[in-house]
Amino acid sequence: MADILKDFKSPEISSILTKEFSKYQDRTFKIMELCGTHTMSIFKSGVRDLLPKNVKLISGPGCPVCVTPNYYMDNAVKLSMMKDVIVTTFGDLMRVPGDGKSLLEAKTEGADARVVYSPIDSLKIATENPDKKVVFLSVGFETTTPVVALAVKKAKEQGINNFYILAGNKTMPAAVEALSMDKEITIDGFLYPGHVSSVAGTEYARVNSKKYGIPGVIAGFEPVDLLYAILELVKLIVEGKGEVKNLYKRVVREEGNPAAFSTMLEVFEPCDTVWRGLGNIPMSGLELRKPYEAYDAWKVFNLEQNIDEKITGCICGDILKGIKEPPDCPLFAKKCTPNRPVGACMVSSEGTCAAHYKYGRYKINV
Amino acid sequence: MSEVITLAHGSGGTLTHELINNIFYKYFHNEILDSENDAAVFDAQGKIAFTTDSFVITPIFFKGGNIGKLSVCGTVNDLASMGAIPKYLSCGFIIEEGLTMDELAEIVESMAKTAKDAGVKIVTGDTKVVGKGACDKVFINTTGIGFIPEGRVTGGNRAKPGDKVILTGYMGDHGTSILLEREDMGIHADLKSDCAPLSELVEKVYSVTGEVHVLRDPTRGGVATTLNEIASQSGVNIKLYEENLPVRDEVQGICDMLGMEPLYMANEGKLLVIVPGEVSQKVLEAIRSHKDGEDAAVIGEVLESQSPMVLLKTFAGGTRVVDMLTGDQLPRIC
Repeated sequence: MADILKDFKSPEISSILTKEFSKYQDRTFKIMELCGTHTMSIFKSGVRDLLPKNVKLISGPGCPVCVTPNYYMDNAVKLSMMKDVIVTTFGDLMRVPGDGKSLLEAKTEGADARVVYSPIDSLKIATENPDKKVVFLSVGFETTTPVVALAVKKAKEQGINNFYILAGNKTMPAAVEALSMDKEITIDGFLYPGHVSSVAGTEYARVNSKKYGIPGVIAGFEPVDLLYAILELVKLIVEGKGEVKNLYKRVVREEGNPAAFSTMLEVFEPCDTVWRGLGNIPMSGLELRKPYEAYDAWKVFNLEQNIDEKITGCICGDILKGIKEPPDCPLFAKKCTPNRPVGACMVSSEGTCAAHYKYGRYKINV
Repeated sequence: MSEVITLAHGSGGTLTHELINNIFYKYFHNEILDSENDAAVFDAQGKIAFTTDSFVITPIFFKGGNIGKLSVCGTVNDLASMGAIPKYLSCGFIIEEGLTMDELAEIVESMAKTAKDAGVKIVTGDTKVVGKGACDKVFINTTGIGFIPEGRVTGGNRAKPGDKVILTGYMGDHGTSILLEREDMGIHADLKSDCAPLSELVEKVYSVTGEVHVLRDPTRGGVATTLNEIASQSGVNIKLYEENLPVRDEVQGICDMLGMEPLYMANEGKLLVIVPGEVSQKVLEAIRSHKDGEDAAVIGEVLESQSPMVLLKTFAGGTRVVDMLTGDQLPRIC
């Protein structure tokens, strides 16, 4: 392993940082992560286990699969069952059930749904299958959306007219603001998303933290990154300033990645969208702009979005808002497991419930 | 262009005979097979281990091996994991028409070579040819018989508190290498499948001690899934130490990029060995003295438990659960 990466996993540095937390024992700190990869890294690296009990980490709506509404999955399955359609998707979406069956189940009934590693791969599939319509399931935040935008632009440039996207893309800043305004939520600080910020920049975080008086840090993903970021956030909370510190400067520039960001905005424009469990957050979604509507699967296949969708059964909404934890859900690890998921949070490798199930259970059991 | 296998090669007529003589007998050739009877006949005594496995890999030729080598290693390794000395194999081929004779010959030749390396004989077999699309190029089933020397008792239910867990080398090479080849992701890494017979490594272990509690080859589902099976069969906790896990930088890097974990990636030439703590160091040295075991490490220990599970002490010093694999490992979204 490269030495620099080793330092970011160092047990010695981790232990020094962990000890520092003892200076802040007189109150509780409720910190929300806004990036699915943070959620996974925190569990995977054992950071959750190293933090004192008074520092509570809440996994917010940072996993794009988990916040994908049921109607989106139902439409995806419907498309995949059409004789002349090939649906392409990132792996995580394959097992998400929606209200009916998942793509994996549809596949056993003859649906053509394929896992791709990049939306650009879908273009290749479209060129190789001229008699089929290839629909890419486009979910994700600022991190993945620019690549989808690039694929759509490429399709237009190359005259590939059997490629479409089912846009379910979302933007994090709108959601962060909605969470900050929500009266039900009592968050002391935000662990802003490292990946999203690398594209979107830090301005949205600074504006939000200042406006609502909730401090934040932008953090990397290794154990030392995370422990240090959480410690700095605890200090900011104690100081009571609505400030944001960028502690992931080796990747996140203040201005983000303007090239990626402008490609995204050239192809997409904001629209209302449903976040599973949170409901409709105005102008937090993305849809294709008019010049690209020939690639819009919603329009071409005449599909409907149920913008008033309500989730019944599981408590995903309360979990995403940090009001409840996965073990509080009556379905958790009983009716809802990674093998038979009820909701998307149990499916995605970045889902809060999956992370708790996979990595956290020993605390619950022992 | 090379001659192609057609449905006629599976008809039982002259072409079938040609195929059997020119390829299978030519490479597998041994006194039992050469008798050309309906079944293989051989002597046996004592305890016998008996196992079967089918192989359906894409691509059929990959870095570090091919479906033929894999089909011999897979069954040999299942026998060796019971402490048996592998002796005889059967092989059943289901071939999709259109496979070239050269491809088949290459597969069969590498099966013969691997069998020789592992000390087993391929003594009976069968070939069927199916139409285009009825199978993916070639499927191979192998069944194996091995003899268990007196006194050897091993099994997934025998791990005991105080035991140490040894892995005989880098994990995840096979799964990661195949993934790269299959998905054509444009990532170029110096990686190949670890596909190899484990029978000699098993004998190395037994040369140190007869008290071998568990032997398992962590294939599909990887080290994590196999250890979970053992933890639950034996009713124990298995605690791993992240800093001791042998992982190549390439495998770790590719897994990090795709949101996968080396602990869950398949291996085809690695052995998990669980032995009492007091002999573990000697066993480790014996394994390391073999060319396929040079990178072996003690990766964890067996602990008492009320609710069996596999735990991992991470680099940073925290502890977490290492669960069984759910379905296939799927690449994550961002």
